[in-house]
Amino acid sequence: MKEKQPEKVPFWLDPRKRAIIYQIVVFCVVGLVAYYLVSNTIVNLKKQAIATGFGFLNKESSFEIGESLIPYSAADTYGRALIVGALNTLKVSFIGIVVTLVLGTIVGVARLSTNWLVSKLSGIFIEVMQDIPVLLQLFFWYAIFYESLPSPRQALSPIKGLFLCNRGIAFAVPAPHPAHTYMILAFLAACIFSYFLRRWAKSRQEKTGKYFPTFRVSIALIIGMPLVTWLIFGAPTKMDVPKLAGFNFKGGLTMSPEFAALLLGLVLYTSAFVAEVVRAGIQSVSRGQREAAMAIGLRPSLVLNLVILPQALRVIIPPLTSQMLNLTKNSSLAIAIGFPDFVSVANTCINQTGESIEGVALIMALYLLFSLSTSAFMNWYNKKAALVER
Amino acid sequence: MNDPDDTRMQEMKPPVTHVGLIGWIRENLFNSALNSILTLVTLFVLGKIVPPLVRWAFIDSVWHTTGKACRQVTGACWSVVWDNVRFILFGFYPYDSQWRPLAAMLILFGLLFYSQNRKHWKKHLIYVWVLGLFVMGLLMKGGLFGLSAVESTKWSGLPLTLLLSVFGLTAAYPLGVVLALGRRSKLPTVRWLSIVYIEMIRGVPLISLLFMSAIIFPLFLPEGITINKILRAQIAIILFTAAYIAEVVRGGLQAMSRGQYEAAESMGLNYYQTMRLIILPQALKIVIPPTVSILISAFKDTSLVVIIALWDLLKTTQSVLANPEWMGFSPEAYIFVALLYFAGCFSMSGYSRKLERELSAGEKQ
Repeated sequence: MKEKQPEKVPFWLDPRKRAIIYQIVVFCVVGLVAYYLVSNTIVNLKKQAIATGFGFLNKESSFEIGESLIPYSAADTYGRALIVGALNTLKVSFIGIVVTLVLGTIVGVARLSTNWLVSKLSGIFIEVMQDIPVLLQLFFWYAIFYESLPSPRQALSPIKGLFLCNRGIAFAVPAPHPAHTYMILAFLAACIFSYFLRRWAKSRQEKTGKYFPTFRVSIALIIGMPLVTWLIFGAPTKMDVPKLAGFNFKGGLTMSPEFAALLLGLVLYTSAFVAEVVRAGIQSVSRGQREAAMAIGLRPSLVLNLVILPQALRVIIPPLTSQMLNLTKNSSLAIAIGFPDFVSVANTCINQTGESIEGVALIMALYLLFSLSTSAFMNWYNKKAALVER
Repeated sequence: MNDPDDTRMQEMKPPVTHVGLIGWIRENLFNSALNSILTLVTLFVLGKIVPPLVRWAFIDSVWHTTGKACRQVTGACWSVVWDNVRFILFGFYPYDSQWRPLAAMLILFGLLFYSQNRKHWKKHLIYVWVLGLFVMGLLMKGGLFGLSAVESTKWSGLPLTLLLSVFGLTAAYPLGVVLALGRRSKLPTVRWLSIVYIEMIRGVPLISLLFMSAIIFPLFLPEGITINKILRAQIAIILFTAAYIAEVVRGGLQAMSRGQYEAAESMGLNYYQTMRLIILPQALKIVIPPTVSILISAFKDTSLVVIIALWDLLKTTQSVLANPEWMGFSPEAYIFVALLYFAGCFSMSGYSRKLERELSAGEKQ
């Protein structure tokens, strides 16, 4: 018996073959465009006699940088200048993130307060800060520092040991003392000890049901151990107060107006967004959860710790990390007010060497590194915090 | 049951401390010890800050003077704004023709106002926008119907800011939709190219793209071809915004149930028909509120072009402040610009919230 041969499908109607053809076309188009741009660039670079490659990193930079965490002078290389810039970016981002988290959480919780005045005021703060471009805020604070504050001689001193003037902010810090090193060590030891205590308490509670007040004990340890160390060393209270010497303050800790304006602008802008994230996270936990937890007899602190926070944090953490990343990316606006962050230093390098492609590539690479490591953390967290559904 | 006492109970008024102003204050400001303390502290701080600010801004301030006269007063010098308002808003646009950017902006506001009503979301809206954009372009550029031609290098101030954000979003939207579809595509090459593009752009700050447009982009082009600086910045903003739109649209696509795809397939629609007729109309509707927030951030982000020396609203303000006569009055000028941005963003975010409520109400029915 002769079987009917299936009709042969022409290759342009076969979805599998068609998919391959589409992909080849897309790949070729993208490749051709890239080739066109690259070949143009190579021709242009040759014509303008611009050097290429990262060799310039080892050359002498011959420009000064206003503030630096590591020793740096104009005789150092471009590479070192860029490291100084990267460290400055990290510095402002790190301090900014810590302050933003604190301020943003306070404002977010205040927004949910039953106190009408507090809630409305934080609402206004959030709306105003979100709706004004961060660059404009930076210019504004910089202008306030630079134009409206008096010279160091007439510096404002709202609190004892704190001075505000157009050269920046100077404030008193404890005078260096050997006790400080040991206090930091004691603090770290307390942190590590609390971590293990928490693990032990959790496993014991799972096994025996006995409850251990981990939180209070940890807080007592973390505050207590450095305090005891401080007392053992005779409680040194000497402060290093900034003093007017010549045209500026000496001693204490000083912040340049650029750094202060950048930090203030970034913190105020980002904390408004963080406040919204925190508010939304807390509101996302339904009333029933709190009521159910109270109904089974948990104390208010345990309701918060065991029921509300774990659920709220699952909602809060992802947008929160992206806000932290935004703060880091926005710190690149430092260039507009003259703070030597990575972008600003890289821009100076570009202007001096003309190697714009390498410079911009370095900027992009650094920020990509930040964002990729953040998303790696996010993936890890999401996996850990994901709802385990049956 | 029908006890006469019962009716008398109902007629009794609540105590005076629980209604009216006193009741409200008790309920909202002093309902617990902590709240009472908070209220008092807040009132104290406000009392310290607000009166001096009001004094500075309104009582001791001057509004129509020269820069010299400003230096004699202790209050705010709003003259820096009023004396230069036309330069701040329109920059280098020829003084006599500044009605043209003004008219273009009014058309834009009119269009935005018209489009915010959901009853007008029909096909004719697209034609109205195309016509409106054409008229706006004509007004700005001139050279036809007896309008004198104005070089685009002279476009500055608020019109430039609006132009960059409106055109940025309009052009970025289709690109973003294509990227979102690419990221959800079954073809690995397309998917990976889209992922790499979206993640790379979202990972870097806008300023690095603007640098690229300002200094590297000219190298990409063959010799003899140059592209106007404004257009280059515009391209950078479009490429940047598109990646963010792509992520928002992807959210909408993911929210579509599988049933929608399967239903479309079982009706024999191909990929393009499925997307155009079934998926995108629903997905794009879901993501309208987040798209408005992207418009808000695009509007704010255009201020960054000041760093590559384009004359947007912020740059014209700064150049006024660089004039020795007005030097030192930056806070006043920046507050004025901030008010403009605030008005724009606040109305947009208010609209987005209203829309969100309306759309979610529509879902529930």
